[in-house]
Amino acid sequence: MSKQYKVVHCTINGKEIEQVVDVRSSLADMLRNDLRLTSVKKGCEVGECGACTVIINGEGFNSCIYLAVWAEGKEIWTLEGLTGPGGELSDIQQAFIDEGAIQCGFCSPGFILTSWEIVNAGVEYTDDQLRKLLSGHLCRCTGYENIFRAVKKTMLRHLGKFEEAELVDSQGITEYPEPMPFK
Amino acid sequence: MYDIGTLYQAETVEHACRLLLEHPEAQVLAGGSDVLVQIREGRRAGKDFVDIYMLDELRGVSIDDEENIRIGSLTSFSHITKDPIIQKYINVLGEAVDMVGGPQIRAIGTIGGNTCNGVTSADSASTLMAWDAVMEVTGTEGVRRVPIKDWYIKAKQVDLRAGEIQTAILIPKESYENCFGHYIKYSMRNALDIATTGCSVNVRLSDDKSTFERVRIGYGVASPVPVRAPSAEEFINGKEITGENIKLFSEMVLEDINPRDSWRAGRALRRHISVVMADRAIRECVRLAGGEVHE
Ligand code: FES
Ligand code: FES
Repeated sequence: MSKQYKVVHCTINGKEIEQVVDVRSSLADMLRNDLRLTSVKKGCEVGECGACTVIINGEGFNSCIYLAVWAEGKEIWTLEGLTGPGGELSDIQQAFIDEGAIQCGFCSPGFILTSWEIVNAGVEYTDDQLRKLLSGHLCRCTGYENIFRAVKKTMLRHLGKFEEAELVDSQGITEYPEPMPFK
Repeated sequence: MYDIGTLYQAETVEHACRLLLEHPEAQVLAGGSDVLVQIREGRRAGKDFVDIYMLDELRGVSIDDEENIRIGSLTSFSHITKDPIIQKYINVLGEAVDMVGGPQIRAIGTIGGNTCNGVTSADSASTLMAWDAVMEVTGTEGVRRVPIKDWYIKAKQVDLRAGEIQTAILIPKESYENCFGHYIKYSMRNALDIATTGCSVNVRLSDDKSTFERVRIGYGVASPVPVRAPSAEEFINGKEITGENIKLFSEMVLEDINPRDSWRAGRALRRHISVVMADRAIRECVRLAGGEVHE
C-alpha cells in the first residue's frame, strides 16, 4: 500500500495548527514526533497506564489509542499548555511538587492533566469519587497517596476552602475506603 | 505508528456502508479501544479499516418520534453516563457503562463498539439485554431493526451483514416506562478490569407496590453471549415482594445460565455469584422503585 497522508487542523494549547500526518499515526505520535510536545509520554501504548493522557474538548483521552486524524477540529491541551508565558507553573503542578507527588516523573504529565480537569470542574468530589477519577493512571513510584493529596488540596483551594485544604491528612480529613467485594 | 494497511475514512453513514461493500476485507473502526489495541498486539496487524469515528451524526441521546430512547452508536460511555435522558429513564445504563475500564477509556469507548464486538463481558450488554434494546442497523439498502435477543449469534458474532453498520440503539417506551434497574459488576479490581460476571435487573412494580409486575434480568459472562434468565423472570412476575420469592427467583437463574471455567474465574464461582447478584440487584431495584421487601 502506498503511504497515506492527511492534513489535520486543530487547536493545541490554544494555538491553531495545521499538520501533515501519516494516517497510521496515533495522536501521541503526532504530538511527540511532529510537534515536539514530549510531555506526552508513552508507557504501554495500549490504553492502560494513562501516561499519554491529553485533554481533548475538555475530556481526558489516552492519546496512544487515538488516531492523529481524529484530532481534526478538536481543541487539545498537553502539559506544556498549563504553564504561564514565562514558564510559571500552574497551581496543580506546584501542588504535585509540594506534596512530593513526583518521583521519576513519568506518570506526572498524564496525572496532572487529569487533575487539572478535576480541579477546574468546580465540584467538591468525595474521596471515593476522586480515586475513581484518577483510576486511569498508573504510578510505579509514589504509591498514589501524595498524588491524591495534591489533587484534593488543589480542588479545595479552587473552591475557596483554604483552611480545609491545609487540614487534608494532618487531621484525618481523608477517608480511607473499606475494601468491597461488590461494587 | 499503527500497522494499518489502508484506512478508509467515512464521511457519512452511507459512505461508510459503500466503503464496506467495496472493500469486503476491511473492518470497522469506531472508538478503537479494542481494535487499535488488537492491531498493536498483532491480532489485526496490517488489516484495512473503515474508520467511522468522525461521523458525529452517530453521537448523542434523544427521544425519537416513537418515544424510544435513541442512543447514537458512537456515543461514548462518559457521555451516556452524563446524559440527562439516560439519568431520568434508564440510569442503570449510565451506571453500568461507568464501570468500563477507566475514565479515559470511557471517553473513547462507544456503546456501538461495545455491542458490535459481540463480547459477553461488555458492561453495557447485560443491561441492554434486560431492557429489550433494539439495534438499528443501516446498510446501503436502508435501515432494519434487530431486537437484542436476536442480535448475538455466537461469541464475537452479531447480526451485521455485509455493508452494514449499527447506527443506534433504541429502548422502546414500553420497556423503560416506570422501570427501575440496578447493575452489579463482579470483578477483581475496582478499575480497568473486565467483569468476572455482570448482572442487570430491572423491575416494574404494581401500583400499590405490593407485587412485581415485570422483572427482567440479564447476565454477562454467564454464557458465551449475554443472556436473560427467562425461567426466573416467569416465576417472579405477578408474585408478591417477599424475601422468600426473591430467594426462589435468585436460585432459579441457575436453570437459565451456563457459565464456563476461564482463567478469570471458575464455573462454580460464577454460578454462586450469579445467584447472589440476582438477589442483591432485585432488592436494590425494589428500593429504587419505592417498594419494600417483606421478609
Ligand atoms: S501509553 Fe497510552 S495509556 Fe499507556
Ligand atoms: S512518579 Fe514514577 S511512575 Fe509515577
